[in-house]
Amino acid sequence: MNKIKSFFSTFLLIELLKGMALTGRYMFARKITVQFPEERTPMSPRFRGLHAQRRYPNGEERCIACKLCEAACPALAITIESAQREDGTRRTTRYDIDLTKCIFCGYCEEACPVDAIVETRVFDYHGEKRGDLYYTKDMLLAVGDKHEAQIARDRAADAKYR
Amino acid sequence: MTDTIALLQGFFGFSWPVVSNLAKIFAIIVPLLLGVAYLTYAERKIIGYMQVRIGPNRVGPKGWLQPIADGLKLFMKEIVIPAGASKGVFLLAPLLALGPALAAWAVVPFGPELMVANIDASLLYVMAITSMGVYGIVLAGWASNSKYSFLGGMRAAAQIVSYELAMGFALVGVLLAAQSLNLVEIVNGQQGGMFNWYWLPLFPLFIVYLIAGVAETNRAPFDVVEGESEIVGFHVEYSGFAFAIFFLAEYANMILVATMTSLLFLGGWNPPVDVAPFTWIPGFFWLFAKACFILFLFLWFRATFPRYRYDQIMRLGWKVFIPVTLVWLMVVATAMQTPYGYLFH
Repeated sequence: MNKIKSFFSTFLLIELLKGMALTGRYMFARKITVQFPEERTPMSPRFRGLHAQRRYPNGEERCIACKLCEAACPALAITIESAQREDGTRRTTRYDIDLTKCIFCGYCEEACPVDAIVETRVFDYHGEKRGDLYYTKDMLLAVGDKHEAQIARDRAADAKYR
Repeated sequence: MTDTIALLQGFFGFSWPVVSNLAKIFAIIVPLLLGVAYLTYAERKIIGYMQVRIGPNRVGPKGWLQPIADGLKLFMKEIVIPAGASKGVFLLAPLLALGPALAAWAVVPFGPELMVANIDASLLYVMAITSMGVYGIVLAGWASNSKYSFLGGMRAAAQIVSYELAMGFALVGVLLAAQSLNLVEIVNGQQGGMFNWYWLPLFPLFIVYLIAGVAETNRAPFDVVEGESEIVGFHVEYSGFAFAIFFLAEYANMILVATMTSLLFLGGWNPPVDVAPFTWIPGFFWLFAKACFILFLFLWFRATFPRYRYDQIMRLGWKVFIPVTLVWLMVVATAMQTPYGYLFH
């Protein structure tokens, strides 16, 4: 009996028509596509995107060249050289992040004692040559200057969990 | 209209038959190729909608220029010819696939008078010409000198040849009902509303023809020939415009099968209800609408059904479709000899 039943349900294409009814219904369903450049999905304040170097409100760069981030970096993407400045403080003369090596784990940000190196919410950037993704100190500082307001807001929002 | 034709005839003199036929051919090919372009767009949109996406919408308003951009991209890409390939056959194969897909349109009527050539056995001509499309596929698989495209070509050829049988038997039913091989007469035999169309008396054959048409054009769920996700087909070695021509042939065949289905089973240019507001609409529009409906079904199938396995395709073609069509042919042929024969005319 079961065999006969299954024969008729396949031979009369009933199962196939059921499937087509389902896709036919879905054709009129509300579409869930996010139109990317115009629309964006919600993002966590802990989002780990493009790196930035921050400054204090008085314009002084935060980084003290402790090289903890360089040590923490599992991908060996960070290169730091330091020297003494005229006022006697230790500062970086070179702070490069090779974004083609970086795995965006966020360990540099966790290691930093002065919140100098951070990862921002910026994720839609590109390079047209391989070298374009080798970010130097000036580029990182520029990113930080540009997005400082957002960076500070995200750190404040996350502060109570740290 | 007749004045203009007479004037042109005088102007071209002896070359008039050539010129007028060329003009007719252009009048079919250009809309057909445009139709192919926008069929790809419709396919991406409709399948997108069924998958709760919105499909291409970036190139031009609402994505209307997307097919143009796709064509340009393929046109500008390099045609890579594999080192071991048989170069002449490799480049000839796409044309052998496209040629029949276009040549079949020579006898397809768009209205009682609207066609390039009205020949007596036009249905036979369409069957014969579309069967030749398989040569392009087999030769493409062979000439690539790659085991994958060779196996893909063999698979495609086996599939197309198997389903041609079921398709041919389904058409015999139409022949019995219409008592003619001429497409115009077949359509004229279906006058008088949608219940006089052949889909009703020949319903099993209609379904078999439709499904065999899907298999014949290598569309999902019978697309093991292309099978982009797990197996590769006869055109793996093709790139650029040579690939685009296979693509054109596939979609031109789809439109052809859809038009033939509308002509043979859905009353062609006859309106679905033979009363005033419907008969005002020109017949060409009805044919177009029916073909569009069949094409929509093609896309709907693709959005719904998972791909058949190769042995399942063969089983369906040989052990289901051919017996079903034969049985229904018997039913129709026997009924024709009884007083109830009018039901099938």
